[in-house]
This record gives sequence, structure tokens and C-alpha cells, in this order.
Amino acid sequence: MSGSNQKPKSDITTMSSAEYQAIAKKHEPPRAIFKNCFRAFLVGGLICLIGQCIQKFFMSVFHMSTTEASNPTVAVLIILSVILTSFGVYDKIAQWAGAGSAVPVTGFANSMCSAALEHRAEGLVLGVGASMFKLAGSVIVFGTVAAFIIGIIYAIFGIEGR
Amino acid sequence: MQFLWAFIIGGLICVIGQILMDVVKLTPAHTMSTLVVSGAVADGFGLYEPLVKFAGAGASVPITSFGNSLVHGALTELGRDGWIGVVTGIFEVTSAGISSAIIFSFLAALFVRPKG
Repeated sequence: MSGSNQKPKSDITTMSSAEYQAIAKKHEPPRAIFKNCFRAFLVGGLICLIGQCIQKFFMSVFHMSTTEASNPTVAVLIILSVILTSFGVYDKIAQWAGAGSAVPVTGFANSMCSAALEHRAEGLVLGVGASMFKLAGSVIVFGTVAAFIIGIIYAIFGIEGR
Repeated sequence: MQFLWAFIIGGLICVIGQILMDVVKLTPAHTMSTLVVSGAVADGFGLYEPLVKFAGAGASVPITSFGNSLVHGALTELGRDGWIGVVTGIFEVTSAGISSAIIFSFLAALFVRPKG
């Protein structure tokens, strides 16, 4: 900490936060939105294609219906994602693909697995147990609340469930 | 043919996620929550099931299908058991995904040293 990146200029200390924001915004690199979207499309599409292949495999080998096959398909994708996360491969893919690897269910498993690995040093209960849902928790909470509200709306208006 | 649609629809849902992150500037956690709630609302209007029929894994692999499954479980048990089904049925369909994610992540934490 020799203070090599502390500028002795006095105006940086007297600058208001609005001025600072304006300057910081000017120097922020522009996000390559089109390139990111293309990468997300490619990787997200590929993961879904792999899912479709696994689903087809379960349907043709174990003679399952489409709905029956979707649960084992998700489980297999999650195992693959956990293995890739354990070897540190998934996070490399995620850096390149952005939402393409985060939005599929593999990204959900990746967020849980990487949180579990990261907090392993704090112990099994306080680290792994308590931190596993640190990122995935919001998805489960908001999904559950939304599902509850929709279920209640159906019940109130007397619409038959499916 | 369904393989092509799985690729295209799955890719498009991921692009929506990328746009939410880059253009609307949501954090990844906000993006995922938004997508899950959209999936739940879409199933509430009965729109998600046709998409799954059309695109297969392209609609059932992205996180939006998680919201869809939560609503689906709740509505199925609502029809079968009445009011209480809304609460008991929510995790009916998604159990496989959540349970396997918990179990395998825990095993990974037991046996793997973190890398990368």
C-alpha cells in the first residue's frame, strides 16, 4: 500500500458524487450488447439442444412420455453442471456466454454448487448449508410467491386447476 | 425439427436474459427472478405449456420453466385437493430439480477442492 494509485490532486476529494458519477460514466467501457446477445443465443441454444438430446434419449430408451422425461432430463443437466462447476469449467463458459449459461437450469445448479464450494472453508453447516442458496434463493422465493398468488387467483375465481 | 426449435427458442430466452442484464441493467439475481416470475405468470395464462409442446427442451430447460412448474404443481393439486393444494402442490413438479441440485452440490462440496 504505497499509495501509488492515489492521486494527489485536490479536486478529486472535493468533487460531489453527482460529478463523480458523470465522469465515471464517461469512462465506463460501452457494453457490447449485440455481441453479448449473440453469445448468449449460441450457448443458451446449445444447452437447450443438449437437453433435447437427453430428453429424446430417455423417451426412446425408457419409453417415457415427454412430461415424464423432463424430470430426469433436468436432473442429468444438473449433474453435468455440478461436475463442470467442480472442475472450474462452467465459470469459464459463463464468462464468455453471460446470460447464455446463467438462464438455463444448469446456471441455477452452477450458482448453488459454486456457493457451496466457495463457503466450504467455513464448515459444513455454517458454510455449505447456510450459503448454498445465497444466489439461488431469490429465484426460489420469488417463484414460490408468484406461484402462490396465481394459485390463489385461480381458487378465488373458481377456475378449475389443471 | 424439434431440435432446431429447442435451439432457437432456448437461445431467444437467453437473449432476453442478456438484454435484461445489459440494457435494463439488472443484476443477475434480479434477471433470474424476473424470468422465473414471467414463467409463472405465463403459465397462469396457460401460455407456457403450448411453448413446451412446440419447442421441447428449448422451453423446459431455461429457468422460466421453473416458474411454470411451480404454478403447474399448485394448479394440479388445487384441482385435486381444493384450497390446501395451492400450498402443498407448489414443489410437486420441481422436486427433482431442487433436490438433485442440493444433493449434488453438497457432494461436490464434500469431495472437491475449489478451482478457478
